Amino acid sequence: MSRFHRVCSAVAVIAATALAAGACTGQSTGQAGDDPNKDVTINFWHGWSQPNELKAINGDIAAFEKAHPNIHVRVVPNVNDDKINQALRTGGSDSPDVISSFTTDNVGKFCSSGALVDLGPFLRKSGIDPERTFPKPMLDYTAYQGTRCTLPLLGDAYGLYYNKDAFKAAGITAPPRTMSQLKADAVKLTKSQGDSYARLGFMPDFHGYESTPAHYVAQWSPTYFDAQGRSQTAKDPAFAKMFTFQKDLVNSLGGYAQLEKYRSTFGDEFGAKNPFHTGQVAMAIDGEWRLGMAEDAGVKFPIGVAPLPVPDDQADTYGKGYITGTVVGVAAHSAKQNAAWELVKFLTTDTNAVVDFANAIHNVPSTLAALKSPRLKLDPNFRTFLEIAQNPHSNTTPASPNGGQYQVTLQDFAYSYESGKATDLQAGLRGVDQQVDRDIAQTK
Amino acid sequence: MTQAAKRRRSTLVTLGFLAPWIIGFSVFFAYPLISTVYFSFMHYDGFRPPTWNGSRNWSYVFTRYPLFWPALRNTLWLVVVMVGTRVVFGLGVGLLITRIKTGTGFFRTAFYLPYLAPPVAATMSFAFLLNPGTGPVNHLLGGIGLPQPGWFNDPSWSKPALTLLALWGIGDLMVIFMAALLDVPKDQYEAAELDGAGPWQRFRYITLPNISPIVVFAVVTGVIQTMQYYTQPIVAGKVASGIIGNSGQQFEPGYPQQSTLTLPQLVYNLAFQRFDTGSACVVALVLFALAMACTALLMRRRGGLIQAGD
Repeated sequence: MSRFHRVCSAVAVIAATALAAGACTGQSTGQAGDDPNKDVTINFWHGWSQPNELKAINGDIAAFEKAHPNIHVRVVPNVNDDKINQALRTGGSDSPDVISSFTTDNVGKFCSSGALVDLGPFLRKSGIDPERTFPKPMLDYTAYQGTRCTLPLLGDAYGLYYNKDAFKAAGITAPPRTMSQLKADAVKLTKSQGDSYARLGFMPDFHGYESTPAHYVAQWSPTYFDAQGRSQTAKDPAFAKMFTFQKDLVNSLGGYAQLEKYRSTFGDEFGAKNPFHTGQVAMAIDGEWRLGMAEDAGVKFPIGVAPLPVPDDQADTYGKGYITGTVVGVAAHSAKQNAAWELVKFLTTDTNAVVDFANAIHNVPSTLAALKSPRLKLDPNFRTFLEIAQNPHSNTTPASPNGGQYQVTLQDFAYSYESGKATDLQAGLRGVDQQVDRDIAQTK
Repeated sequence: MTQAAKRRRSTLVTLGFLAPWIIGFSVFFAYPLISTVYFSFMHYDGFRPPTWNGSRNWSYVFTRYPLFWPALRNTLWLVVVMVGTRVVFGLGVGLLITRIKTGTGFFRTAFYLPYLAPPVAATMSFAFLLNPGTGPVNHLLGGIGLPQPGWFNDPSWSKPALTLLALWGIGDLMVIFMAALLDVPKDQYEAAELDGAGPWQRFRYITLPNISPIVVFAVVTGVIQTMQYYTQPIVAGKVASGIIGNSGQQFEPGYPQQSTLTLPQLVYNLAFQRFDTGSACVVALVLFALAMACTALLMRRRGGLIQAGD
């Protein structure tokens, strides 16, 4: 090889190494040394997109800018979590200083990786005691292993919606409080039509929009992980009991194939043709937002709302439900973390801001003070969700270092089990545990 | 100027002319490829600096990641069946349109237009047309006493439904085959007819050898496109499952029952939703190796076809 060729080869190798090494990006470079009293512009990325939602969040931001005239907020709406993840990885001057996410699934990753800053020091500096400010379940889903990298910004609670006219016609006087009552009422409310239904009492399939495994099993108060962080769906009887109940309900209402065919006639979950709106189902699991959506869709029948039924052997815990919500945090790469914290503090702890936002988008307020605020618009149905959100037995899916992957794994098994593809429940749950543990080990 | 200096000057001039290609190749192919190999051996979540992970990502993907093998099987199924039927159908449509005497413009437009439809809109339309409960296709099938498949809701019908969607958008292949067919020398057909060759013999011994490079081109580009198949199965799965990833819901990749899961979906899911860039790079490299192997095989076969034609 000539000297010239050797030089060319060396340059190529060095260039390739440099390029490869240059790919090692994404480290946090931000700091909390900025002066929040200086004139500054911060970027806020959120996912709200509907006109009423945008009006509400923009109203909150206008109030913040009025209170902090030196901090200007550049808002980027309608951003999903995939985009947020990328922005948090890459950083840059246009990337967000403050982010909000509709799902709590990524809190574990955000906290463990340091993508969002630990808000603990900021809370202490501002004299805010989280325990006295936010409901406990919301505190649980906004932190991971002691690191509080997000705060709740409104919450969602799940309950049982029911068609009062259908109940009256079927002679049912009160919503079901236990799972056996739910089954009996669902059967009673179901009207067959050929090999399909004129009306289904309740859509039990795991694809039936909000009737997901996580929402069902919350009523059995499950523990997804043991103290060492190992998956324990096979060990905790809550999961097997939930699957057994759901399978029985599916069989009682006509079987999986018939229900799935009926499900394919449903309209879009978040559109006017939601099957509860159209009367295709008489009862449905759903979040508090359904109240506003049903009103907008011009639903003709009176709507009732109640907590989801509980297992018969846990009747004393009636009133609980699955809860989740929007989270908000400060990007670790932000060079304006103190200014960003001021926005987060305002959005999450200013009682009027929280109440006005909750009133506008029909979500559950996320501070203890806001839940008791006289400004809160309360109708009896919405009050039910406020009570679910504050119920000490209400629970949520825990944060995990690889996001919601463990829920996907459980869900995949759930689909196999309800369809009859998987028949051995305990073996299936053991398989779920093994896979979840393998996935988490791979992430660490 | 010495001989060595002349050679060096000549080499530099050559490199100068090659520079645009070298830069493009380095930035858009070599660098991503080297990075992908590099990250496949690293633990990298995108937030923290990568750390050496040895072969852990590789063993995870091949032995402990349950979605890899179904995704590989589905991808190979689509490569064989979808590409195969698209090429045969595209050639058939091309032959038909070059033969018909009237309405050529109408049929060209009718077959080409669907190709212009955006993939998301086209897939959503198909999901509604093939809805087992409310779709007109099953309504028609039921009306004439035929079975009504579950299409995108049935694991055994979801890939055939995707193949139907791909056949609907056959316009690209139709144009390529039409051009190739019109380019076959007419005198060869006339000579064959004089020798008593029938339609099948004319197709087998004249048309096919003449258009074989185009067939190979269609297959190679089809294989590469199918290896990158992402949008249609994702959209079909989301529409059919009703799960669109809102609060409290986890989207199930490959609905129904992983039957539409493809390798590109795994790359996205692992890298951007599960924060496991290393494993995503492993899947990407498997895709690269598969595409290279298929292309090499087809190129060798192409030589054989041309020889046979000659």
